[in-house]
Amino acid sequence: MSQYTVVLLSSIIMYIVLAVSWTMFSAPTGYVSLATAAFFGAGIYTTAFLGEFIPLPLLMLVGGIVSFVLAFLVGAITLRLRGVYFTIFTFGLVELLKNLVLWFEIKFTHVRGRFVVSIDHTTVFWSLLVLLALLLVAVALIKRSRFGRALQAVGESEDAAAHIGVNTTLVKVTAFAVSAFAAGAAGAAMATRWSYIDPGIAFNSLMSFMPVLMAIFGGMRKTAGPVIGAILFAYLEELLITRFPSLYMIIFGAIMVGVILFLPDGIMGLVTKLTRRGAKTLEHS
Amino acid sequence: MNILEGHGLTKAFGGRVAVDNVDFTLAEGEILGLIGPNGAGKTTLFNLISGALSIDAGTVTLTDSDAGTRRVSGLKPHKICHLGIARTFQAAKNFPGMSLYDNILSSAQFGNKHISDKDAKAKTDKVIEFTGLEPLMDKSVKDIPLAGQKRLEVARALATNPSILLLDEVMAGLNPSEVEESMRLVTKINESGITIIMIEHVMKAIMSICGRILVLHHGQKLAEGSPEEISSDKSVIEVYLGG
Repeated sequence: MSQYTVVLLSSIIMYIVLAVSWTMFSAPTGYVSLATAAFFGAGIYTTAFLGEFIPLPLLMLVGGIVSFVLAFLVGAITLRLRGVYFTIFTFGLVELLKNLVLWFEIKFTHVRGRFVVSIDHTTVFWSLLVLLALLLVAVALIKRSRFGRALQAVGESEDAAAHIGVNTTLVKVTAFAVSAFAAGAAGAAMATRWSYIDPGIAFNSLMSFMPVLMAIFGGMRKTAGPVIGAILFAYLEELLITRFPSLYMIIFGAIMVGVILFLPDGIMGLVTKLTRRGAKTLEHS
Repeated sequence: MNILEGHGLTKAFGGRVAVDNVDFTLAEGEILGLIGPNGAGKTTLFNLISGALSIDAGTVTLTDSDAGTRRVSGLKPHKICHLGIARTFQAAKNFPGMSLYDNILSSAQFGNKHISDKDAKAKTDKVIEFTGLEPLMDKSVKDIPLAGQKRLEVARALATNPSILLLDEVMAGLNPSEVEESMRLVTKINESGITIIMIEHVMKAIMSICGRILVLHHGQKLAEGSPEEISSDKSVIEVYLGG
């Protein structure tokens, strides 16, 4: 593979990880989180601090754990908020962390940004691929487990779930933290791609919105949805940026509006519909 | 023996006192009817007992022969459920995205601590048979009629293996023959050893299956007694039953 392909594929895998991990928590529970950038950024800063001392797999593990703990604490406080209040808080978290890290750096380390250790693209690619594989296994296991059923119950009727014995707070916070682990690990790996980072780069709110858009684009009912959404979206982004650099956001926006209006269940919803229609036509002929 | 007792229960929403210093007792094995005009605080009282709402003042205690008397007020709903108090909701809150079977199985799995999947499934089958839900099992939750929804709501509560069941208007909106069936189910549940508090506006049901009735009005206890005493109580007739 050429270096360009490796880098492009790494980006796509990163987006798949973020979209799948976002969907894992937000789709069954109905709690829309915009905190992905916060956990992704926490992973980036893990590598920025520790990159010189420990190898990449360990960096990803530590980045994941940092995000997991962060999500657990934040979740314990905020997951009693419902609906749009939760969403607003999670979005605020990105700004809060950005400014907290900036304040810390300037006050105590007297730097604004940091140079990050660089690791060759192929290693990053394989590490991300392993992370994705683990994430997909985790998602499949959770879907089949009691924990998965509890998540679904919380999403469909939180009061009813609590009254049949589901510890709703614990279930929500745990799922939120597991999803944050993946985003943190992805951030730790991706940090090595940028030789320099600062809080503005690390905690980029675009990383909160992209996974949501990708999941909507692909459809959230099946795990394949966010995967396909992320692949198409990431590739489309690359294509539009290189071909139509000045129009890219406009075209992007138009496609997004079209998908939301005409494909409420995303690409996967369309695929399901078409295969069903196909099966019916076959029956009739 | 009083299995459940409430002392001085009070809950206010803003300036409005929904439940005002209410005492109640529930004897093991009885069916207690809870009646009163709309807005009297009946459902709020259920919410206080089941932990759905926090209590402003007062206590609820649960007594069972093994563990003695415990305070349940202040606990989270799932803990209260695990202690053996189950409830239904006035507007059925079944899980629409799950099959009927999974609705009940979820209760069996989460309502009983450390239960194996095998036991949870056995419990589910037992509850389906007990509540007579078999004919509806192949339907999706959204497609079953109101009577079925209410029955499923009761089944979900039963699958958590309660000793006390709070029924919030399980007969509202049902036709006369469905009410008869529902009354039979409530009696059968009670005969299986479960103590019941039921909120109901269907007077025929209340009067014929409750051993004792408690009347709430403006959040306060207006009267308490046997169906005969309540149906002849002047103040109850005035505010609720009508002349």
